[in-house]
Amino acid sequence: MNKILIKNGRVIDPANNIDAIGSVCIAGGKIVSVLEQAADFTAEQTIDANGQIVCPGFVDFSVRLREPGHTQKGNILSETRAALSAGVTSLCLPPDTKPCIDSPAVVEFIKDKAEKADYPNLYSIGALTQRLGGSELSAMFALKQAGCIAVSNASEPLGNLLILRRAMEYAATHDLLLMYRANEPALSGKGCAHEGAVASRYGLPGIPEAAESIALAQCLELAELTGCRVHISQISCKQSVIKLQQAKKYGLNVTADVAIHQLHLTEDNITPFDSNYHVLPPLRSAIDRQYLREGLVNGTIDAICSDHQPHDLDAKLGAFPETEAGVAALETLLPLTLALTQQHRIGLLQAIASLTCKPAQILGLASGTLKPGSAADVCIFDPQASWQVNRDNWLSAGCNTPYWQQTLTGRVTHTLLAGKVVYGLAELP
Amino acid sequence: MTRHIQLTEQGKLKHFLTIEGLDKELLTEILDTAESFAGMSEHQVKKVPLLRGKTIVNLFFENSTRTRTTFELAATRLSADVLSMNIATSATSKGESLLDTIHNLEAMHVDMFVVRHALSGAAHFIAQHTAPHISVINAGDGQHAHPTQAMLDMFTIRQHKKQFVGLKVAIVGDILHSRVARSQILALNTLGVSEVRVIAPKTLLPAQVKTMGVIPMHDMDEGLDDVDVVIMLRLQKERMNSAFLPSESEFFRCFGLTEAKLKRAKADAIVMHPGPINRGVEIASSVADGPQSVILQQVSNGVAVRMAIMSMAMHSQGGVA
Repeated sequence: MNKILIKNGRVIDPANNIDAIGSVCIAGGKIVSVLEQAADFTAEQTIDANGQIVCPGFVDFSVRLREPGHTQKGNILSETRAALSAGVTSLCLPPDTKPCIDSPAVVEFIKDKAEKADYPNLYSIGALTQRLGGSELSAMFALKQAGCIAVSNASEPLGNLLILRRAMEYAATHDLLLMYRANEPALSGKGCAHEGAVASRYGLPGIPEAAESIALAQCLELAELTGCRVHISQISCKQSVIKLQQAKKYGLNVTADVAIHQLHLTEDNITPFDSNYHVLPPLRSAIDRQYLREGLVNGTIDAICSDHQPHDLDAKLGAFPETEAGVAALETLLPLTLALTQQHRIGLLQAIASLTCKPAQILGLASGTLKPGSAADVCIFDPQASWQVNRDNWLSAGCNTPYWQQTLTGRVTHTLLAGKVVYGLAELP
Repeated sequence: MTRHIQLTEQGKLKHFLTIEGLDKELLTEILDTAESFAGMSEHQVKKVPLLRGKTIVNLFFENSTRTRTTFELAATRLSADVLSMNIATSATSKGESLLDTIHNLEAMHVDMFVVRHALSGAAHFIAQHTAPHISVINAGDGQHAHPTQAMLDMFTIRQHKKQFVGLKVAIVGDILHSRVARSQILALNTLGVSEVRVIAPKTLLPAQVKTMGVIPMHDMDEGLDDVDVVIMLRLQKERMNSAFLPSESEFFRCFGLTEAKLKRAKADAIVMHPGPINRGVEIASSVADGPQSVILQQVSNGVAVRMAIMSMAMHSQGGVA
């Protein structure tokens, strides 16, 4: 295996509290040393990372590859290329593919494809209920055996609280992490926007914050009752941050992530009817955004994810309420996270932690760190490089991003997967 | 951006999608232009050749009789050729089929679309994706806007009250689901009335109604006190089904307009309703047919106001004879 020396970079490894200029040595697919170079290490390949940041590859809680089932929107090849170009080396795949991930066969299908060389680490999230129907438990043990890293019902509702309780008990039996999108469907209904000033003015069906925070509160109560490990996915509002903070203070074993767009955008961005801002949970008020940012700083929110959802053109062509929700977000994840550190009081070390070691710890993965001995999944990026979001700089099949044609700062130059350079900006045509 | 998409670089009306972003001068210009058309219906020859040779397509994805008819009449009186299409839509109809319809009609060299659609934002969507020489007039999109209705209401108010400054206006009923109310609120505030009150139970008010430039109220006696204009909204029967209201009779008791309640308003207050009326649900027949009612004048004014808007939009496109 290739011996690689990454030299002169600013090495940031939040798991080990490292932030210093130095080298990273890689051999046999693993990290050999960080900051200092062993005397007997002779590199076969050297990457000069002068002026760049060297950190662990990113671990993303929610990436839709759209395969199997929705390949008009994207596929495993297109979306994993996009992920690697964005420095994302470990991806959690929500179960709402078609067929959904409720049987080992679908897990195997994805795994087979992933093993065909240079794909990032793909971790299927098993369906919590059969066909995601919300009523019968899935074969969670079989899913775990097949390699599922967690279980979730994606964005689909559960029939009632008893089913959630049983699902938690059963998931806890097999020590499976339960990922939960807090949403009370009776309150969110056919809503497509935050029930705030913009939806009021534009006559858009609204989703109140309470649709999320009520479901979250119920989930937290049941987590305590059942002892299930719960991770709350993509929270969006102030009340959710407050409830999570209380639960954590109380000692409940719960974690949460936020989609990067929620830390930047608000309901005001959707005017007038721009479907690229149609996301679920919806973009909320500036106050909610402030709570989310503070929640990230004070540790209430553990991780940032892309919540990547590529779409075909047709999905976004229509009157706002009838368009499909979601943003193609992998490739803007890093620049938008860096923008947070520049504009707000989030430290770079903490920001990178929320993309690397924190999600890895929650998922029980050994990745997300540059600790010697761990797999050499490494991201090297230029924090100053500006680039325009356009077809030439974009690998995802979905162009549904509100940042299209905008210039962003911060760009991945190299991505290493198990000690192999699988993406290099310079080598691009 | 709303302003940008509706107006030409010279600030002239190109599309008419919403009142938002239009200034007082432009709204006044619409009313003045409508005034010049208003007398025409009494003439023997009810036509002007302003839009001769132009093709206007009424594209109604949602049923409507009155609005479509007045648009047809307005276009005919401007000497345009009119094609009316009722396109039944289902909840599953996709944006691509909407766009396909638009592009097919574009290929037939039409000049204007008058669009009604069940979803908020549909008119914006069509305006954004249609060929640059085509004007789009919003004849009602979901719960968002119905700007021509709002302008004919402003026209009717001006007929009776001469000016907007100093007026107190109450809008009563289902504000939450009303595109008419949303457009009226914007128009009234732009034209400078002193107060817009919205009177409804909390279930029928938008969540952030206070940010819309109105005073929310829940009591008719208090809400109608000293107002110059009372606008009643239609209550859809299906509102009883999803826990918005207990019953029509309770709604009428609390928010229906009766002669007794109307006495709280100024003696010369006018009563308006965009129609169609539910007698005995939101308004008593004696009020609807009474001396203060201007409901039928609203309908007559609809033709002149729509003529004004269509001719102004076509004019800015440079194609008017």
